[in-house]
Order: sequence, then structure tokens, then C-alpha cells
Amino acid sequence: MRDVAIVAFAQTRHTSRDTGLTEPELIRPVIDEVKERTGLRRFGFTCSGSCDYLAGAPFSFVSALDALAAWPPISESHVEMDAAWALYEAWVRLQHGDIDTALVYGFGKSSLGDLRTIMTLQLDPYYLAPLGLDQLSYAALQAAAVGAERKELDEIVRRSRADGRGNPYALDLPDPDGAEGHAVRPLKKTDVPPITDGAAAIVLAAGDLAGRLIANPAYITGIAHRMEPHYLGMRNLALSASAADAARAAGVGKGPVEVAELHAQFPHEEIILRRALGLGEETAINPSGGPLAANPVMATGLIRIGEAARRVLDGTARRAVAHAAGGPCLQHNLVTVVEAP
Amino acid sequence: MSSDPLVARHVLEFPGGYTRTTGPVIGRFLSELRARRVVGVRTAEGRVLVPPLEYDPATGEPVTGEYVEVGPAGTVTTCAWVDEPLDAHPLDRPFAWALIELDGADTALLHAVDAGDPKAIAPGTRVWPVWNDHPTGGITDISHFVPEVTKIVAPVRTEYRLQAGGALRVFLEGVARGVFLGGRCPSCAKVYVPYRMSCPECGAVIGEPVELPDTGTITTFAINNLPDPRAPQVPFVSAYILLDDADIPMIALVGGVPAHEVREGMRVRAVWAPPEERTASMTSVRWFAPMERS
Repeated sequence: MRDVAIVAFAQTRHTSRDTGLTEPELIRPVIDEVKERTGLRRFGFTCSGSCDYLAGAPFSFVSALDALAAWPPISESHVEMDAAWALYEAWVRLQHGDIDTALVYGFGKSSLGDLRTIMTLQLDPYYLAPLGLDQLSYAALQAAAVGAERKELDEIVRRSRADGRGNPYALDLPDPDGAEGHAVRPLKKTDVPPITDGAAAIVLAAGDLAGRLIANPAYITGIAHRMEPHYLGMRNLALSASAADAARAAGVGKGPVEVAELHAQFPHEEIILRRALGLGEETAINPSGGPLAANPVMATGLIRIGEAARRVLDGTARRAVAHAAGGPCLQHNLVTVVEAP
Repeated sequence: MSSDPLVARHVLEFPGGYTRTTGPVIGRFLSELRARRVVGVRTAEGRVLVPPLEYDPATGEPVTGEYVEVGPAGTVTTCAWVDEPLDAHPLDRPFAWALIELDGADTALLHAVDAGDPKAIAPGTRVWPVWNDHPTGGITDISHFVPEVTKIVAPVRTEYRLQAGGALRVFLEGVARGVFLGGRCPSCAKVYVPYRMSCPECGAVIGEPVELPDTGTITTFAINNLPDPRAPQVPFVSAYILLDDADIPMIALVGGVPAHEVREGMRVRAVWAPPEERTASMTSVRWFAPMERS
């Protein structure tokens, strides 16, 4: 395998409401920021992740290219998934060996519609979508399957929001006061991630180039994704076999994990993922606040990779793990290990 | 919608709906549903997938062509409760989402359960389908599920004609005059109220009734939370009241005091209906009220 490293990460100061910026306007500053940090103006490959249903506009990702300066024509691709999978595609592309740099970005404005019911559109159209099964309903089923203590769930929300308040890019959400009502039981309203608009970008560099661009590249020493059956009645919702498989394939357990950034949109998902990834007390979970403090859908998973890499880039960690998820109830899981050289 | 001209409504919709082909496996399942049957498909390993898929998610192998009728009842494995249904949900009142392992299936079907109350459903609850009146070949041909029948309501009502003769008649005629009549046993000297013809302890015949005071002491009581036509409100208190000079308490309502303040040993006095409303009936005694308050 060719060495590939994260050499720059940037994200917007995420907002809890629509500021009226177009998607290219939202993306442009983070693209500029990673170009400036690396000194790169052009990239061997560009890949983005977004979802047209968020804006309700077909091929909205194409107009997002306006943020890139895409002329003369660039080599570009897109995943209709969280941009963490755009990073995976870029990592695979860099393995071909003919190019040395890749730009990855993701963006989402979940403020424009009703995210809870837009998420129904990702479900199987024969058996699930006709029931109107929505995001909070299927998450509540998984929370019921986990059956965690309310105290443990509340503490995850409290810790995530407190860390989010310390993160200039995340939202400032108050400590839950314990009196909040239910969303879909057993989920409480405070268990639901905040509606968030935002974007993020990462630059990958392969081989020797990474070390020439910056002092402490965050090398991707493991990356793998695994998927489970879509239909919720065909898997054990209390566990994530696919996250555990991805973690094994990425080699999470081959060394100490100082920081783990988990794409846990609900507190019970954090419990599932800590178990699946085999993370213990020695690992700091979501020091950025995680998705419970800022959840710009389609960029949230990429931000987990960026936040994990940032700890290596700034020298505060030598080995960190990032997790990204897609599909209902953690159907699809991507695990990335980043390490200092 | 905002009146701000810079804010616009935007709707994404396929008018009339988006047409999708089902393929043979899902098509068979939906056709069976339209005929009000639920079928699963058997995998090469012998498991029964419900709802059927074309490939076994455990192995990736194509499923066999064998369809197995399952259910229609099943057991809830996981459930969540919706307090405020959305427009697109199967029910317009609070309901449960549930994963339901139908009898004979090895996987769980996701559907709505009309359980009425979140306490009425839990893992292990047995549920049965309620069919849509006009099945069209879709998952909503099952309108929803309902919990298995575990109880029925059996109406009971018979009517009787009761007549107060003998000693009770003597007692009630006293009540009509605003007096409690008791009887003293000539042998053991115990005083009984209401008045009675003989002593239940020693068997002696009791003679003329004696008038007793309408004051007494609560010896024990119960707080009743089910409404009763004779009681003024819920909760109400019924008590054993030992009338002064009597040896046996009689049962009466207690009023004029909050239920939680009633105590054993409390001194009480009868609250009578006004004389012009009194009849030979216990309704002539409204209740007993604490003496310090009356």
C-alpha cells in the first residue's frame, strides 16, 4: 500500500439555521483554507460527498463545483454519501500511483427541509418507506434494542455539548436540564442531534510529498468500511457487527487509541460504537463534541476524520481513530486510523 | 411561509408517485399480502426471511423458490413509542413501532402496533395484524398490528326487588325520624346498631329498640377511588363508626373532611338531611363529619 496522509483539514463555523448562503458559497472558504495551508492550487483528484435530497435539487453537487475553479477540466467524482466515503474513494484513487494529491470535501444544509422525514427517502421503498418510518423512529428502535441506562445516555449528551461549547466550529448548546420531553420513546429530545449547516474539506497527499508539505502529516495507517443488511429486522440492532469488522480490518486494536471521533448521532450509537471498536477508558471520545454538538449531515463523518487527524497534525496525539456511518441505524460503517509519522 | 420575498417555498415531488418494479420475490410477497396472507422465503440454509429478499443477507446466496406462510401473529422483539405521529405514519394516534418476529419466521418484520398505551407493549408481546379494507399489494395492506387478545369484557347485570321488613324496617323508620335505633341484649347487655331481633352472640331475643346518640368514633376506614352513586365525590371515605353507647360499629360514609385527614379514633357526628327530605332510607344520613368541624 502506498502511504497516504491527511495534510490539511478545514471546516466551517457550523450554524443551527440557514444563513442563506448557496452551497458553493458555503464550501468556498474551506476549500480556500486547505489550499492555503498546503500551498496546492490543483489536485490530482477531487471527490465530494453530499445528498441532493437535503437541498431538494437534482445534481446540486454539480453546481457545488463552482467553488473549486474546475477549469481546465479536473478529475472529479462524487459520492451520494457522507464525504468520509469520498475520502475513501480518494484514498483508493491515490493507491493507483499516478497522482499524489487529492481534495475531498463534504457539505450539507439540513436546515432547508425536515431532516427527520427526508431521511425516510434513504429507506427501502417496498417495505420501510411506505410506512413513513422516519429518522427518529428507527433511531428510537435501536435505542430500545440497546436498552442503555438513561443516566449513561444523559451523560454522553452532557459531555458532548460541553465539549462542543469548547469547539469554535460546533454549536453552543446548553447542558440538558433533565426535564426535556421525549422525541420518540425511548429517545429524549436532547438525544437528537442538532439541525446543522456546514462543510468541511481535507487534502490527502501520497508518498514523500506529505512530509514535504507539512511537518506532522497524519498518515492513514488503516481504513476500511463494512455494511450490514438494510432491513432492520434482519440484524441485531443492539450491536454493530459491521463497525466491528471495519475496525478489525483497519487495525484499530493494533495500538493504543488516544482519541476516537465517532459518527454517533444519538447517544446510544456511541455506546454501540465504543463496544464495536473495542475502545476503553484510555480513549478520549469525541473531544470535538461530535455529532451531538454539530451535525452538518454529509460532512459529519468527514469531520470525524478531520478532527482525529487534527490531533495528529497539531501534535497532541500520536494515534487516533475516526468513524463514519451511513444508512439507518449504523448500517454502513467506515473506520480510519491516523498516526503520526 | 414567510412573507419575505427572499424566502421561497420549494417542493420536490413525483406527481402520482414513482413507479418501481418489484421483481419476482418482493412481488410474490406483496401479492400474498393483497390476498391477506404473509409469506416468507426460505434460504438455502433453511431460514425463513420475512419480508422476503432476493438474496440471503447472511451469505449472499440467492434464496430458494420456496415460500412459507407465516404468522399471521408474531412476537415483538423491539419497540419504540411515538407520542406525536407524523402525517406519513400508519396511525394518527400514539402508537408503537415494533420489530415483530412472525410465527414461523427467522427474521423480524417492522410495522406499527396500535397498543393504546406504551405500557401495553414490550419485547415478548404477542401481536396480530389488522388488514386494510382495500388491499392493493403494498406493505400497508397490513394497516397495523394489535396486541393479542388476552382479556374480554363480560357484562353482568341482574335486577332484584329488596324489601325491608322486620328489624331493618324498625331501624329505617328511626332514621326517617332522625334517630339511630339499636337493641340491647337482655342476656349479655351488648348494644347492637342497627337494631336487630336477636343477639348473634348468645342467641337471646332482643326487646324494644333503644335510641342511640348520633355521635361516635371512627374505628377503621377505607379511601375509595372508584365512584359510587351514594358518595359525594372520588375519592371518598367509608368508615366503621362506633356510635357512643353501642358495642358494634356500623358502616357509613365520612364527609366534610379531606380523605387524607381521616384518622382512626376521630370523633364524628351524623350529618342528616333536612327533616322534610328524610325518608326511611340511609340516604337520610348524608355522612358523618368530624365533630370539631361540624
